[in-house]
Amino acid sequence: MEAINKYFLNNNRRHFLKNLGFGIGGLALGSILDPLGINSSNAAGPQLQAGPLPLPHFAPKAKRVIYLFQSGGPSQLDLFDYKPHLNQYRGMNLPDSIRKGQRLTGMTSGQDKFPVTGSLFNFNQYGASRAWVSDLMPNVSKVVDELCFVKSMHTEAINHDPAITFFQTGSQLPGRPSIGSWMSYGLGSLNENLPSFIVLLSTGNGKPQPQPLYSRLWGNGFLSSLHQGVQFRSGKDPVLYLQNPQGVSKSERRKMLDHLAAINEAEERTFGDPEINSRISNYEMAYRMQTSVPDVMDIGDEPDYILRMYGKNSYKPGTYAANCLLARRLVEKDVRFVQLYHTGWDQHDNLPSQIKRQAEDVDQGTAALIMDLKQRGLLEDTLVIWGGEFGRTNYCQGRLTDTDYGRDHHPRSFTIFIAGGGIKPGFTYGETDDFGYNIVKDPMHVHDLQATLLHQFGIDHEKMIFKTQGRRFRLTDVAGEVKRAILST
Amino acid sequence: MKKFTPVLFFVAAFFLAMIVKGIFNVTPEEQTELLTYADEEHVNASIPEAISYNLDVKPILSDKCYVCHGPDPNAVQGKLRLDKKTDWYRISEEDPEKQIIAPSNIEKSELIDRIWSQRASHQMPPPESNLVLSEREKLIIERWIEQGAQWETHWAFMPPEKGTVPNTVDKNASEIDQFIYAAQQNIGLKAAQRAPKEILLRRLYFDVIGLPPSVNEIDNFLNDRGANAYEKVVDALLSSPAYGERMASNWMDISRYADTNGYQDDTERFMWPWRDWVIHAYNKNMPYNQFVKWQLAGDLLPDATQEQILATGFNRNHMITQEGGVIEEEYRVEYVADRTVTTAKSFMGLTMECARCHDHKYDDLTQKDFFNMYNFFNQLEEKGRIGYQEIAEPKIKLTQEMVNKELKFVQWPDSIQEVEVMVMDEIKNLRNTYVLNRGAYDAPTDIVTKGGMPENILKFDARFSKDRLGLADWLFDVKNPLTARVAVNNLWQQFFGSGIVATPTDFGNQGALPSHPALLDWLAVTFMEEGWNTKKMVKRIVMSSTYKQSSRPTQLQLKKDPKNEFLSVFPRQKLTAEMIRDNVLVSSGLFLDKLGGPSVKPYQPPGLWDDLTGGSTSNSLKRYVMSKDGNQYRRSLYTYWKRTAPPPGMVTFDAATRDYCTVERQKTSTPLQSLILLNDPQVQNAASAIAILILDSGIKSDKQRVIAIHRRITGREPSKKTLLEMMNYLEDIAEIHEDKHLNLSAAELLHMSFTSLSLLIYNLDETSQKS
Repeated sequence: MEAINKYFLNNNRRHFLKNLGFGIGGLALGSILDPLGINSSNAAGPQLQAGPLPLPHFAPKAKRVIYLFQSGGPSQLDLFDYKPHLNQYRGMNLPDSIRKGQRLTGMTSGQDKFPVTGSLFNFNQYGASRAWVSDLMPNVSKVVDELCFVKSMHTEAINHDPAITFFQTGSQLPGRPSIGSWMSYGLGSLNENLPSFIVLLSTGNGKPQPQPLYSRLWGNGFLSSLHQGVQFRSGKDPVLYLQNPQGVSKSERRKMLDHLAAINEAEERTFGDPEINSRISNYEMAYRMQTSVPDVMDIGDEPDYILRMYGKNSYKPGTYAANCLLARRLVEKDVRFVQLYHTGWDQHDNLPSQIKRQAEDVDQGTAALIMDLKQRGLLEDTLVIWGGEFGRTNYCQGRLTDTDYGRDHHPRSFTIFIAGGGIKPGFTYGETDDFGYNIVKDPMHVHDLQATLLHQFGIDHEKMIFKTQGRRFRLTDVAGEVKRAILST
Repeated sequence: MKKFTPVLFFVAAFFLAMIVKGIFNVTPEEQTELLTYADEEHVNASIPEAISYNLDVKPILSDKCYVCHGPDPNAVQGKLRLDKKTDWYRISEEDPEKQIIAPSNIEKSELIDRIWSQRASHQMPPPESNLVLSEREKLIIERWIEQGAQWETHWAFMPPEKGTVPNTVDKNASEIDQFIYAAQQNIGLKAAQRAPKEILLRRLYFDVIGLPPSVNEIDNFLNDRGANAYEKVVDALLSSPAYGERMASNWMDISRYADTNGYQDDTERFMWPWRDWVIHAYNKNMPYNQFVKWQLAGDLLPDATQEQILATGFNRNHMITQEGGVIEEEYRVEYVADRTVTTAKSFMGLTMECARCHDHKYDDLTQKDFFNMYNFFNQLEEKGRIGYQEIAEPKIKLTQEMVNKELKFVQWPDSIQEVEVMVMDEIKNLRNTYVLNRGAYDAPTDIVTKGGMPENILKFDARFSKDRLGLADWLFDVKNPLTARVAVNNLWQQFFGSGIVATPTDFGNQGALPSHPALLDWLAVTFMEEGWNTKKMVKRIVMSSTYKQSSRPTQLQLKKDPKNEFLSVFPRQKLTAEMIRDNVLVSSGLFLDKLGGPSVKPYQPPGLWDDLTGGSTSNSLKRYVMSKDGNQYRRSLYTYWKRTAPPPGMVTFDAATRDYCTVERQKTSTPLQSLILLNDPQVQNAASAIAILILDSGIKSDKQRVIAIHRRITGREPSKKTLLEMMNYLEDIAEIHEDKHLNLSAAELLHMSFTSLSLLIYNLDETSQKS
């Protein structure tokens, strides 16, 4: 009896020792984070940190994200935010009472007039939710009852680079982890064959010279590089260095990995260095990815009606439609975060002709993705976000003619939509004034969106922190509020 | 990997508790007591007898209390600052009998009531702060008050003192070793044996020149039985040009060097002549104070030479935008702030960026301090936005003629006419620098700063001119408490993987405390006394027995020092991204050893730049064109760095992004790293080349061939077991190749098998480690 007593005490003491200064939360998080035993060997650097609660902080509604990022800043006034007032007062100079000193980009700050312009495109109301959508999005208009429109998004940046960085990392300046990295860090991976954060890129047809993207948008910042976004490219090498060299068969590779593991294991016995074990499991994961990645990229097993649903471009690798289909395949395999970027939404001039091509790129694929997720029962716990880094101005950049106009960047109000993942479907949140310039109801800041998104994953955005440089960092920096009005009950 | 899994622990604890309950029939209350008893016993044992405010108490106050009761006056709650001694002794507002802190009287200290309180409205830190004091932390605060609650100045703000070197058992040990041994002896530990010669040599080569030793060099060292065999190698390496390249490699992270401007369309710049200067300065062992002074303020030196001006390129390496439509002042402010932050981070080990928007929340640095320093970097005639083909002003134009005359160290290629290099240059009419509200460009306050440095570190008095030159003089003043400590700490990190202060860029209240404070100070003072002699300091470190010891842990070491904080073995470390690639190139003979010059473009998977290219990107940056004529096999230091699409082989292995100053890299292990080592054509080519080398070398036995390849790649003979495993693999793979390639000749098959074997060795854990 005494022996058991002693054992209990010793055990408890030993574990308590390890617990000192960490709090239980930090340790619990560690094991959730590292289901595969792949761990960073960062012994000296910043350590895993968590608030006093283990993750998830509360019951999650969503498990996966597909973020359809529309790079360049889609014109909400030509797509979703219907403002007949602007058509009525077409050509009128934007009143100062509306502009309220909003700073302008260097591209229009030199203009002496700011003539407002409505949209050349027709708007109609659709679905049971009576949501307004323009003719530019015929397919999206059919799925509006699945969508939650947020017409009151606003941001702080007025130029592309800082604005995209702000959406993706919560800070305008480079250096912070991207939202997908935070999710991977906080929640870990759901599968052992694919990375938990995957990035897909496509180039829009709207603008002849679209903005470039930068790999830091899916960077891990100060988090372990285990959490960096992995770009999946179209073509035969979707992940860099994935393919065996020419002529090397799978069985040959297997043979080598077996011998490699045997030698590395012996090394581990000599040095007792945990880094060696994580290395061995990384080679196994790499090997599994050599099968799982081509499998998931090969759409050969998709029936024709599915491909038709996503549209003719879904047959062309690297297009937005093809990436939407891939995104579905990836979340089906329980990839945590799929981030698409589609460039080309920066219509400073020739907006009517450019945006037509641009909307055509994304309309069918987006709608198909939503319906496809729904019919597979995936939509309820997959959060889909569609939106850009800012909106566009209600006044014309350049010359306003009967058939043509352009629009500059507008950070003060713009529209995005969200579907699935416990977000209220068939709902519109927020409202802008008659000029479509200022928000008059229910604003949603970038940090609010991020906080709300994390909330759906059972994460309290104030508690998911990482301590480095002596400071506790959050995705939402020092702000952000969960907008409960858009959550399903 | 053995890891502590809390779930298992709780399950186990639960069952044990059940057993205990079943057997002893203890009540839940008793059970809780049992737990508390065990915890307390341990907690008490882990609390030092004599509590030090600096070492034990302040880290707790800073981390858990300063957010609301610290240096930032705008965030202070209840008008109480725990970082100020005067506030400690104030009379309590809730009980006039009490003080916030009553020295030697915990009963009369409100702080104690607060930290133990169970009432949410009374408890500190408050529950909604998400900050929690552990039992141990509370007891430390309590004991400190019992012991009189003495105030001390922050350790890093007191000038270092060269204390006496401890006398340990080993009288012949170097000073470094004496400090290390003394700490080990305190806990009953002993240093490890000296590392085997082959392992030590490889370690030394990578650390000092960043490249592996050749088989000849290994043999020479193995055969040299002289007492000074090791020292001879150290001296040879320190005088090799590769030393400068190795040191420059670190400096590229700190200086955020890149070949492009970084924002949006990411246009091209040409800073490589500055990189050539860095290599040159290291190789001629320029004193560190001069090295830094020239970089911060070379242009302000009397009759500044071209070389001194070129050196100031350091603070122009930050990102610059060309994005149409940006508000120029917004970006110009970012550039100035970047220079300020980089300077503080690299040379002062301070997180100055935290004082940009408000007074620092943890350290005694005000927003005014930030903008005083900012003022020095604000005096450039520069633009916020540059054109697509533009090199940002101020700049100097270099030509071949000028280089031949004044800048002989610049490795000028014949193909280039002239290069514009960005440098620092003081504006004619000095700008007024205002404190910016929230640090924002469009929110200047009416507070004008005149330039200066934080007074509580070292008074910025009349001896110092109010410009960058004064700043540099202040940094290297013999009384400055930070600069030398930070410099030797960074050097230490280069060899031991982690600094004596484990947070090299944070010597403030939230930073780690030095593991060996007396050693840190001894090194810092010695560094200054010896005239900031970097090579001498490097030699001192690598000559120490602490550096030379084995990395193989013993049972005693694992038990007493599981995290190796006492350096009772040499800390095994992963090679850097550059070293991993350079080892592949050197061992296979593909390496082109050429000093300096413009950046080169080694292999990278096709299409990477195209993916991330915008319509306005200039042609030279749209498509990646690989270098030729051996230039694709240059040292990784010279790899072209495009910031928006950095070389994947480097960033995957934790190289810094170069977007901002980095003093310490991440150390991770990922499946993507495995894929590179398995499938990168550079590694494939190397494996094939090394197979050819060995098969042509006249070695006839397969076993000897395997050993030879292993030595080239890992720097040592394989163990018996490893050799056996490799021989088995060779046999297996030869069979597979024979069955598969019926039309190949015996020689071709042999080459194929040895290529496979070499690839295996490139993938061994040992190959990527500094053991």
